[in-house]
Amino acid sequence: MSKTVPVLIASLVGCLMIVAYFSPPLLPARQIAEDWFTIVATIAMLLGGANLCLHHVKKISDQEAGWGFSAVTLLSFFITIAVGILKVGVVPESEQQVKFAWSGPFQQEGSGFWWIYQYLFSPIVSTMFALLAFYVASAAFRAFRAKNVEAILLLVTALIVLVGQTRDREITSMFLPPPAEGVPTFIPIAFVTNFIRETFVTAGQRAIMIGIALGVVATSLRILLGLDRSYLGGDE
Amino acid sequence: MTSRLLDKLNMLDRRWIFLAMAMAVLAPILLQIGSDETPSPPTIKLFDEIERLPEGSRILMAMDFDPTSAAELYPMALAFTRHCGVRRHKLFFVTIWPTGKPMIESTIKGVIQADFGSGDRPYVYGVDYVNLGYLAGDAVAISQMSSDIRKARPQDARGTNLDQLPIMTGVTSVKDMALIVNASAGFPGGKEWVQYAATPQNIPIAVGCTGVQSTQLFPYYPDQLLGLVTGIRGAIEYETMLAAKYPNPYADRSKRPAFLRGGAQRWAHRLMIGLIVLGNGIHLANRYRRTLHP
Amino acid sequence: MEFHSDTPGKKEAIAMREKAIATSKNKPRHFAFSPRCFYGELMHSAVKIVTLLVLLMAHPSLSYAEESADSSRPISWFDTGKISFALLTFGVCATVIICTELARRGKPFYVRPIAGLLAMEEAVGRATEMGKPILFVPGIEDIKEIDTVAGLMVLSSVAKMAAEYDTPLEVPTSRALVMTAAREAVQAAALAAGRPDYYNEDRIYYVTDEQFGYVASVCGWMYREKPAACFFLGKFFAESLFLAEAGNAVGAIQIAGTAETTQLPFFVAACDYTLLGEELFAASAYLSGEPAQLGMLKGQDFGKLAAIILVLAGCVLATWDSISPRGKNTEGQNMPRRSQWITDTVLKGG
Repeated sequence: MSKTVPVLIASLVGCLMIVAYFSPPLLPARQIAEDWFTIVATIAMLLGGANLCLHHVKKISDQEAGWGFSAVTLLSFFITIAVGILKVGVVPESEQQVKFAWSGPFQQEGSGFWWIYQYLFSPIVSTMFALLAFYVASAAFRAFRAKNVEAILLLVTALIVLVGQTRDREITSMFLPPPAEGVPTFIPIAFVTNFIRETFVTAGQRAIMIGIALGVVATSLRILLGLDRSYLGGDE
Repeated sequence: MTSRLLDKLNMLDRRWIFLAMAMAVLAPILLQIGSDETPSPPTIKLFDEIERLPEGSRILMAMDFDPTSAAELYPMALAFTRHCGVRRHKLFFVTIWPTGKPMIESTIKGVIQADFGSGDRPYVYGVDYVNLGYLAGDAVAISQMSSDIRKARPQDARGTNLDQLPIMTGVTSVKDMALIVNASAGFPGGKEWVQYAATPQNIPIAVGCTGVQSTQLFPYYPDQLLGLVTGIRGAIEYETMLAAKYPNPYADRSKRPAFLRGGAQRWAHRLMIGLIVLGNGIHLANRYRRTLHP
Repeated sequence: MEFHSDTPGKKEAIAMREKAIATSKNKPRHFAFSPRCFYGELMHSAVKIVTLLVLLMAHPSLSYAEESADSSRPISWFDTGKISFALLTFGVCATVIICTELARRGKPFYVRPIAGLLAMEEAVGRATEMGKPILFVPGIEDIKEIDTVAGLMVLSSVAKMAAEYDTPLEVPTSRALVMTAAREAVQAAALAAGRPDYYNEDRIYYVTDEQFGYVASVCGWMYREKPAACFFLGKFFAESLFLAEAGNAVGAIQIAGTAETTQLPFFVAACDYTLLGEELFAASAYLSGEPAQLGMLKGQDFGKLAAIILVLAGCVLATWDSISPRGKNTEGQNMPRRSQWITDTVLKGG
């Protein structure tokens, strides 16, 4: 029973979403289902928050490797929540919201939460994302080696696309005769890059997307028909 | 001697690569070395469409990115907004990324209020533009917006009822927009706007995306996507066209953030090519050494 | 992270693993007959679903139906513009279900071996031998994403193998709902492996919804604990390369899989095995070895065959369009291309 009800709900809502796509009168029911997901996901955030606290408190109390990071995590978590909920530094904004000092939005410019976002969160995540450049360089140095025919093809394609993506591609037109008046300069590597992207890449992408779409259909059917319940912990 | 160098290169610590990359990015930024671009057809198409639309056309500006990807997408968001402002279109800002709201506010502050907030016909909030804020629910939010905006979001980001805003008169859903312009950093983003709003409702849509996403979105162009602006390169292309059409003030370097980032990108690309060549040199030298001393 | 090579039961675990590998190597590629009556189960599910749908449709909260009833125009229960898409959906679903039923009845189907899936047992075994933990990342999206569900299905199989060998399995999640589902899956896998004491919910925990906060936490854990095997199966974005490079730096055997086409190149470059798109969805069916589930994979193949035929037909039509002269309509204008007519009318609803 503990698994039958979730499977039944998943099947019912899944079928509803499919049928509602083709049947306009069922759209409100589909919207109800969509609203319910938002509600459940929001409640799950509380569960996540509680689990985060428990997990890190346990790490600190057990003095596990990296427990100092857990202390920083918990401290940041509680400070951010307090600043957001108490609306530190928020002032009323529009005519409808003048009754209380905390009437304005919590993300209001100049507020404590905004400050945390602007001067802590934003630079930290930007820095993390920027690290990608270093990892890409390291992976390219290691992975693009001409070990066999397939690797050579990959390597040559990568080099062409890399050059074709920057203005350095214009170097390849230096040895061509100058074009006639009003005719744009022909850039061989730009042409090859576009050809690779529009023909091979697009064709490959479409093929993978078709495969994925069919995979999604089959997996969805397995879930809707209750054939595969492993994501819920399997059969009772 | 050569053998020892090869051994050293074989054992090269990847932190040297990291250092080289840091130099390649840092030097052009510090020395203010920029890079220009020749506009490509997918970027030109979006530019022409915004030019073609009559003054006062409704444009939905979906800013689905966060500070993480702002380095790549914020310059193009500024360029799109500047162009729409010059053409006096009505702008509806929205985001389906919880961390996207400050990006909208930053764009409004940096473009609408700075460039179009004063003068003879200043842009007025609620009349010429509105910030609908963050819509929770990812693709579901897009789907809701395409059926009824008020159901998805009854108030704007300031908490004002949408019915009290003049700009919302006659707007019931995304169907009432002349164009959707989306700056997309991933999921949910351009693909979801195409699948859940633009294609089912038959609304023209153009997407500005990160370089990585471009391969995923190219299959939709030109049938389901009117235009596609990819990464910093696309932003430079758009800035180039904007500067050519409206040189005052958009030819100024201070109004061209993508141009300045292009230099760093160009040098990083050069380093990558160099590293790939070096990696293969090492690989071939190793193979040669193995044939000499099997 | 205490896991010593002299852990009690370790030798038995390794012996079991070797036996399992030997058995899997001898397994035929096609699968065998299962006499269970699938049809009755399917009909039962279908009747339940249809009944509930009818009840829901009759509910007064369906404002659209009420409004439509008030007006004089009849309610259109089917959007005729989407008929071609409905037929296509029905056709694909029917093919998949028919193949499942045929597999149930014992029809042997060939399913091609997938290197990444065959390597899963090897990866778990390697972690066992090295006395190091296994990391499983089910993507960074919520459970409503089918990729995440597919990742959790594979988690179930990996957890079962890990439980059999008593190798620690770490599952940090980016969403609270995914954590709950992952706990259920691992607990059930431990039970199925006959090792209920293996399940430790502290190893399956929520980190943060924030993409790079999650990456920082997981990469930090990888550098500290140095897992021997890493599984990245689910929906991934820019974090894919961070995770794969961190795994590469600690020398872990890495198996990745995603349907996010933009991230596949990064996984291919940095991981040992990559499940490309549809292979991720096939993984749990393949690992389960159940005829019904493997039959669905065959159904997918028929769908692909249909797609190939349609693509070829489209190519032929477009070529015919471009080489044959276009006729004029009564107003003297050029007639639309045949391929354009198909796109604008037949395929419009999709």
